[in-house]
Amino acid sequence: MPQLNPEFFAPQLVWLAITFTILYFLMARIVLPRISGVLENREQRIQSDLEKAEKLKAEADEVLAAYNKAQADARAQAQAELQKAAAAIAAEAAKREEAFAATLAERGAEAEQRIAATKTAAMAELRTIATDVAGAVMTKLTDTKVPPAQIEAAVDSAIGARS
Amino acid sequence: MEEQNPESLAGAESHGAEAGHGGAEAAHGGHSPLSVFEIERVIPMHIGGIDVSITNSAIYMIIAVLAITLFLTVGMRGRALVPGRWQSMAELSYEFIAKMVRDNAGSEGRKYFPFIFTLFMFILFANLIGMIPFSFTVTSHIIVTFALAAVVFLGVTAIGFIRHGASFLKLFVPSGVPIFLLPLMVVIELLSYLTRPVSLSLRLFANMMAGHTMLEVFGGFVIALGILGGWAPLAFIVALTGLEVGIAMLQAYVFTILTCIYLNDALHPHH
Repeated sequence: MPQLNPEFFAPQLVWLAITFTILYFLMARIVLPRISGVLENREQRIQSDLEKAEKLKAEADEVLAAYNKAQADARAQAQAELQKAAAAIAAEAAKREEAFAATLAERGAEAEQRIAATKTAAMAELRTIATDVAGAVMTKLTDTKVPPAQIEAAVDSAIGARS
Repeated sequence: MEEQNPESLAGAESHGAEAGHGGAEAAHGGHSPLSVFEIERVIPMHIGGIDVSITNSAIYMIIAVLAITLFLTVGMRGRALVPGRWQSMAELSYEFIAKMVRDNAGSEGRKYFPFIFTLFMFILFANLIGMIPFSFTVTSHIIVTFALAAVVFLGVTAIGFIRHGASFLKLFVPSGVPIFLLPLMVVIELLSYLTRPVSLSLRLFANMMAGHTMLEVFGGFVIALGILGGWAPLAFIVALTGLEVGIAMLQAYVFTILTCIYLNDALHPHH
């Protein structure tokens, strides 16, 4: 077995020591610091990006909250405006209705008064006509002149009995 | 170990020449399935009486180091915030081992992360490069895996004693054991501790060697059975190659995670 030939132990050991030592220093001094530097750099970068993202998110949340608040305010304001307008309209309507009712009542009273006056006038007219008619009828039928005062009294009693 | 100045190189050249021939002859000697594990001196060198020849094993160690460094630096070249494919792979390797160390050895294990990362990448790339046909598998040699395991074992033991002093020895005294069983338990614990480097190195070595030997043997069958009957072992080789790639990664993982667990024992001996 060539592995057990002690003739070649020395050169293998010597070169193992040389190459392994060189490799160790290459790794320890150059390669590993470089790799760990890159890894750390990446770690830091990711960390800072995460922080930045966190900050941006907070900012966005803030903006969203402000927007929501503005919207709510606008809505509330619109609601208030609407209520105010509705109240104004209702007040106006009530006022007009009241005025209309007052006018209506006034006109009604006026009309009634006029009707009453007309009725009274008509009644007075009726009495005169009735007296005249009764006097004329009496004259025609009986050919007697009844004194107007007597006729008037009779007409009055007749009207008084009917009404 | 890196004092390869020109004059010592020149001196080593002549000295290692004969030995280099011997190695080359051994490599071309037979067609045994084990010939893939043969080591050849490509550039024979001796420094201070020690054979430091650049062998095929050394070349593949250097290739592994270059491949790892290229993989991890070219991939990370862009240092992009959003990683591409290669950068993802490099980052994935980093995070995989970092998580393994964190989960198994706790936050104190962080200090040893570069070593464990190097260990994992070295074994992984040595195993995977070994899967390329005609290449050499560095980790199929017990001396290499044992050296790695010994470094882990000695390092972990040293860390244990440095951090906890003599109280690190409590690791060998399990709590809640009847007093008359204690001597036996201490011996068992001590033995299991001392066999760690052996099991650690043998596991990796045996897995690598067995896989490559199997591939070699079945490759021999393909040639022996020729164009008519060779398809069956060829299909088996294809399937086995897939399995071996899996084993290459798994064994790198196992070696590394056991290192983490041993490190955890050294960092927190009271559990």
